[in-house]
Amino acid sequence: MSANTDTIDEFVSSEYKYGFITDIESESLDPGLNEDVIKFISAKKNEPEWLLNWRLKAFRHFEKMENPEWAHVNYPPVNFQEISYYSAPKKKGDGPKSLDEVDPKLLETYEKLGVPLHERARLAGVAVDAVFDSESIGTTFKEDLAKAGVIFCSMSEAVQEHPELVKKYLGTVVPYTDNYYSALNSAVFSDGSFVYIPKGTRCPMELSTYFRINAANTGQFERTLIIAEESSHVSYLEGCTAPMRDENQLHAAVVELVALDNSEIKYSTVQNWYPGDEEGRGGIYNFVTKRGICKRNAKISWTQVETGSAITWKYPSVILQGDNSIGEFYSIALTNKAQQADTGTKMVHIGKNTRSTIISKGISAGKGQNSYRGLVQVGKKASKARNFSQCDSLLIGDKCGAHTFPYIEAKNSTARIEHEATTSKIGEDQIFYCNQRGLETQDAVNMIVNGFCKEVFRELPMEFAVEAQKLLDVSLEGSVG
Amino acid sequence: MLEIKNLKARIEEKEILKGINLSVNNGEVHAIMGPNGSGKSTLASVLAGREGYDITDGEVFLRGNDILELSPEERAREGVFLAFQYPVEIPGVNSTYFLRSAVNQVRKHRGEEELDAMNFLKLVKAKMKELELAEEFLKRPVNAGFSGGEKKRNEILQMTMLNPSLAVLDETDSGLDIDALRIVADGVNRIKNQNNAQIVITHYQRLLDYIVPDFVHVLYDGRIIKSGDKTLAHDLEEKGYDWLIKNA
Repeated sequence: MSANTDTIDEFVSSEYKYGFITDIESESLDPGLNEDVIKFISAKKNEPEWLLNWRLKAFRHFEKMENPEWAHVNYPPVNFQEISYYSAPKKKGDGPKSLDEVDPKLLETYEKLGVPLHERARLAGVAVDAVFDSESIGTTFKEDLAKAGVIFCSMSEAVQEHPELVKKYLGTVVPYTDNYYSALNSAVFSDGSFVYIPKGTRCPMELSTYFRINAANTGQFERTLIIAEESSHVSYLEGCTAPMRDENQLHAAVVELVALDNSEIKYSTVQNWYPGDEEGRGGIYNFVTKRGICKRNAKISWTQVETGSAITWKYPSVILQGDNSIGEFYSIALTNKAQQADTGTKMVHIGKNTRSTIISKGISAGKGQNSYRGLVQVGKKASKARNFSQCDSLLIGDKCGAHTFPYIEAKNSTARIEHEATTSKIGEDQIFYCNQRGLETQDAVNMIVNGFCKEVFRELPMEFAVEAQKLLDVSLEGSVG
Repeated sequence: MLEIKNLKARIEEKEILKGINLSVNNGEVHAIMGPNGSGKSTLASVLAGREGYDITDGEVFLRGNDILELSPEERAREGVFLAFQYPVEIPGVNSTYFLRSAVNQVRKHRGEEELDAMNFLKLVKAKMKELELAEEFLKRPVNAGFSGGEKKRNEILQMTMLNPSLAVLDETDSGLDIDALRIVADGVNRIKNQNNAQIVITHYQRLLDYIVPDFVHVLYDGRIIKSGDKTLAHDLEEKGYDWLIKNA
């Protein structure tokens, strides 16, 4: 039987739904990176001196560092002088005091993105912080959360209102010296979300942040910090989109999670930044450092669905410092068109009886290149540490690639580490089989891809799982002719 | 039901079907036999609309409509069912979900109401009982890790559920033990009625002990070189194909 690959070749030409631009007057810094820029951002946010000094130290460190080149991705060097490090919608007067005062155009933008910010319109049970370019424009359900003692606000606000917490934890999980982009972020970060769950509290609703890049030539450098006090619990979601532009835009975020004794943080991401076109023009460079630390009996669970961005470079990790702590990483990464992703996780076992699970599903279509990179490290004192890793790759068509780079370092002989990996391909014969049973090619591909990903979908909060499934379908639309 | 006129097809530069003529009426079972490489599986694939074949000449009518221009899924919805010689594994896709989607596509096309999960399960469980299939089948991914016999029985289950007007069975008997063969044949005989037809492609006479054909055709080198009733199959069993080929 001769195989004809033409049908699958055409599998790659979907429209990006969120590519519109909001026409709004904004205040942007001229492109360029130097100490004055950092001082400007810090002054703009009325920051205390310690924070400005921290930023400047980070910047001086950044200047001594080299762009990392070990990732399996290919792109021209980023010119940091061409990027504007601050852009925010212009405020009238002192700026909005509540959501009622936010520019209607911004509210409309979020409406269009499917994230209505009017509290009454929201599904009860999800509070949203909306970050537009460099600024948070509003947070919903703040008062309800405050009743439970939960703090959920923008990072800028946290610096003003809760400086002791920010000072205590900022940079403790991801120090600015950690890597090139974490140093850059520490120097120029503009906003992001801040979450604090008090001792013994179960956060009464899902928290979420919606990131939107709008302005051209702007980088988004947000910083998120989540602190779960002893025996607390929180589930946090983030979503991201950006307009279609021919130039690449940089998004270099840092996320730090602190899970104190017996607490649990569940962090879910649906990342749908503009991926660029078939030729690889435009799209977001998504260079992100995400890491959490678990104290005794604590648990951190990362779930990510990565369908956007021209380049994704991201390894949500867990440091299992406390005994009996648990780290989990569930990931779906889809690369279509000319997208490249190098993503995975690090599980660092330090405490005794620590356990980690890694489930990674990579899907490559078009000319997409998808790499899993993961490190499982077991320290000398981490007796009886256990890890299970499963990395599966699915190929659609014959111009894409899948790569797996697992690293294992075990220094304790009682550790148990298991790694499983598979690579499969959606074949013409599978498509024809489905067609012959009356199913459209697109439905067949979606069915196979969704089946491939179901172990990860299971981990997402309900509403998100449905959205993520639709997003995968849309991202693969037109990938078979 | 089916009218094939002077059908010619090639893969790349090689001509495989060199002018097939065949008429199948409602209620009939036709067996197509022939040595390896004579074009039997190609004929099945071309009828189902598989890509990779160049149709250079001829016409194929299903209930009077030319189907050569239709996509494979459109043909399927029009009632063409192909039981695969090598059923394809689809890991991760649940058998129940797959089969219900397929059945509902066909029902939608026929203007019938789609089946909800409950009604579908009721129906499929009843059919599985008839085919002596364990219900556990439904929980597994489509054909993944199935034995050869299980795969073939799954084809028959799908055929039973889709209730096609034209079923083409491509060497469904190959690799089956005698019990499985009986179950497969049973399934075919069960769906048979005055409004549909079956084409059974086989190497061996033994399947035809269970599925009694109205006509037997011998395909050789891309052409039907001999047609007859069921006794032709017995002759072939006894004498092989050589005596026919010499005269062809």
